[in-house]
Amino acid sequence: MDLKKRVEQCLGPESLVVAMTECQGDVSVEVPKRRLLEAMRLLRDTPDLGFDFLSDVFGVDNLDLNKPKKKPKKAEEGEGAEAEEPKEKGPLPPRFEVVYLLLCLERNERLQVKVRVSEDDMEVDSLTSMWKAATWPEREAFDMYGVRFKGHPNLKRLLMWDDFPAHPLRKDYPLEGQGEERHLIYED
Amino acid sequence: MATEAYNGGGWIATKLEWLINWGRKRSPWPLPYGTACCGIEMMCALAAGYDMARFGAERPSFSPRQADVLIQAGTITMKMAPVFKKIYDQMAEPKCVISMGACACSGGVFRTYSTLQGIDKLVPVDIYIPGCPPRPEALLQALLMFIKKTEKSHPIIHKKYSDLLVGT
Repeated sequence: MDLKKRVEQCLGPESLVVAMTECQGDVSVEVPKRRLLEAMRLLRDTPDLGFDFLSDVFGVDNLDLNKPKKKPKKAEEGEGAEAEEPKEKGPLPPRFEVVYLLLCLERNERLQVKVRVSEDDMEVDSLTSMWKAATWPEREAFDMYGVRFKGHPNLKRLLMWDDFPAHPLRKDYPLEGQGEERHLIYED
Repeated sequence: MATEAYNGGGWIATKLEWLINWGRKRSPWPLPYGTACCGIEMMCALAAGYDMARFGAERPSFSPRQADVLIQAGTITMKMAPVFKKIYDQMAEPKCVISMGACACSGGVFRTYSTLQGIDKLVPVDIYIPGCPPRPEALLQALLMFIKKTEKSHPIIHKKYSDLLVGT
């Protein structure tokens, strides 16, 4: 049985699947944010799946994707585009995503697990209790996007210095910075 | 006269300075601070092919206390900046800084929030080497410039002090 069906069989009955896509053989599943740990436990401990290796954790900022489009392409798509218009007027999807890349060492299968994080509630459960490998990438995601991981043992900035006031990989942060200065303080 | 030595015209003082400079210019021990691809070129300049030891840079000193020339080869990020400043402060006088490559001179292509836009914002720089990365010959030329600069320096007679004495 292929991976997509197995994942669906595992998470579907618990209603843990929000969306599921497959692109070029890469399966990606979106799970509800509140029940992330539950879903991850199932993915790791079900013998059918056995995703025992966490390769990466990173954030995504969908600021520009979420902006309503100025000119819907009516001329090209004709009636199809008009039919889709009401969908665009609905509430915008949450701005941020946190993506987890899982690997099953036994069968060499990979899975992408996503949670969507809205700007109002930037808290996600930390996976450090399940994989020690999650500590540094979660710190990086916190540093770059400001996603707060609940239950992380040492959630401080990984790449920028501690007093840095912003989250630089957000799309609304200018590349050249906002004039942050590093003050050099020495302890005698 | 006793003050003759300090006024700058004395034979003993000038010969002593010549002697000190002679020693200094033949042993400019570098402190290699390679943080990016310029570091590879610096290693190349230090190794057998270009052999910086010909000019007295015999021993790359990994302790800042025993180094004369700080060769900053590569990007300095804002996070690295305090470490770099601390290492510069630990070097004993007289010291010299060679800023090697575009990143160290001006931040280079990295005009970003995380990169220090030139190490001269942090420490005084004596010699700049342009290039991305510069060839080893350029580093050798910088070392020769340092040697020339050393020949003209006054380790004993500080100009300000002698000016004061002349005034009295």
